[in-house]
Amino acid sequence: MELTFQFDWQAAIESIPYLLAGIPWTLLISFGGLAIGFVIGIVFGLLSINPLRPLRWFATAYIEVFRGTPVLVQVLFIFYGLPQVLGGPIDAVTAGIAAIALNAGAYISEIVRGAVQSIDRGQREAGLSLGLSGSQTFWFVIWPQALRRMIPPLGNQAIVSIKDTSLFSVIGVGELVRQGQIYIATTFTALEVYLMVALLYLVITLSLSFLLRLYERRGAASGV
Amino acid sequence: MSDDTSNPIVVMERVNKYFGSLHVLQDVDLSVDPGEVIVIIGASGSGKSTLIRCINGLEPFQGGAIEVDDHRLVPDGGGRSALQAIRTEVGMVFQQFNLFPHRKVLDNITLAPVKVRGWSWERATENAQRLLERVGIADQADKYPSQLSGGQQQRVAIARSLAMEPRVMLFDEPTSALDPEMIGEVLDVMRELAREGMTMLVVTHEMGFAREVAHRAIYIHGGRIVEQGRPEAVFDNPQNERTQAFLSRVLKH
Repeated sequence: MELTFQFDWQAAIESIPYLLAGIPWTLLISFGGLAIGFVIGIVFGLLSINPLRPLRWFATAYIEVFRGTPVLVQVLFIFYGLPQVLGGPIDAVTAGIAAIALNAGAYISEIVRGAVQSIDRGQREAGLSLGLSGSQTFWFVIWPQALRRMIPPLGNQAIVSIKDTSLFSVIGVGELVRQGQIYIATTFTALEVYLMVALLYLVITLSLSFLLRLYERRGAASGV
Repeated sequence: MSDDTSNPIVVMERVNKYFGSLHVLQDVDLSVDPGEVIVIIGASGSGKSTLIRCINGLEPFQGGAIEVDDHRLVPDGGGRSALQAIRTEVGMVFQQFNLFPHRKVLDNITLAPVKVRGWSWERATENAQRLLERVGIADQADKYPSQLSGGQQQRVAIARSLAMEPRVMLFDEPTSALDPEMIGEVLDVMRELAREGMTMLVVTHEMGFAREVAHRAIYIHGGRIVEQGRPEAVFDNPQNERTQAFLSRVLKH
């Protein structure tokens, strides 16, 4: 069999400006969602290790629901479902940010919980035995150490969430994949354009990996 | 130095503690005079660490009472304000040092005086420098704990406790995690502290230190104080057969 396919370099290169227009949306939704998700993760992660059982249950329920359902279903629910309740449409970008926030928030809660629980018991005992209160011990002794341990898994989560935003092409957000689809609809150069889309995701995620590695190396130098 | 006219600074009255169904402290009565140095010996699992951890409330207990300098702890974590007061007056040194790894040596020492005592940063720093000099590592103030040897870390931990100007110091096997060549430098600091009149309760296996420094040795078995007295009396002429058995095992090597 003879392969007649010719890679259309020109189409690939010409698609780039269209695709680049999607990147701000991809970044806005992922980092906007992650920022909110981090706040959610701190709150629910700490609730999930709170001594009060009802609070723990509440946090665990949230985590299980949003970790156990697909982010695509979550965003469809928010974008198409919630307007029925609210009586008005929800902006697609807002829906995307909310979906990332809630989904990443569930995973980040577990990251926060795991990091806090991984700090040696002796640290807490040392803080308390010096006369620090429970909350002083937490915020001055436990939390700064936990925060450093969160960096690698948070980086992981950021990469996952960035890629998850590609699903939001289905609700019409003009992010990277959606821009590609629109371009392909007129040029029929799917292979070239999706390859470019994939490369652009790689540029984003590799940059992030690089920054994280830089940060970790700096942290290692300070002895923790 | 025990002083007969002064009131005891630590009193344990019929303290009982359970870990689940395990009775780890049984009717422990103990009275410690200001300036007294007590070593607590016993096999692992005998309850010796648990005993001193009850004094600063790191372990709750289920029966009896503990009084430190007129602050009274009652069973099951009762007496929360007393607990806070006791912890500011009682220092503790741990087997694993438990220094704060994210803070430099100096910041390990200044944290509690600034946050708990409300000292200015300048005052706390000055005090910390003086303490580091006292434990012989003034030149390590700007390092992180992980950059120090075990012996140096334990000396920082002692300085960190002393920074709160405690009236009582608890030592929970302070040299057990150290390489042999570093034990001496930590014991030297403790010896010095004892000589200056600090009230100390020391859980240790260092019999030489106990003999030389302690006013009283306490042997614990099965959560009970089964024998106590002058260290030389307890070590050389133990009355209880369990103490005899324990000492013959410990002193053999």
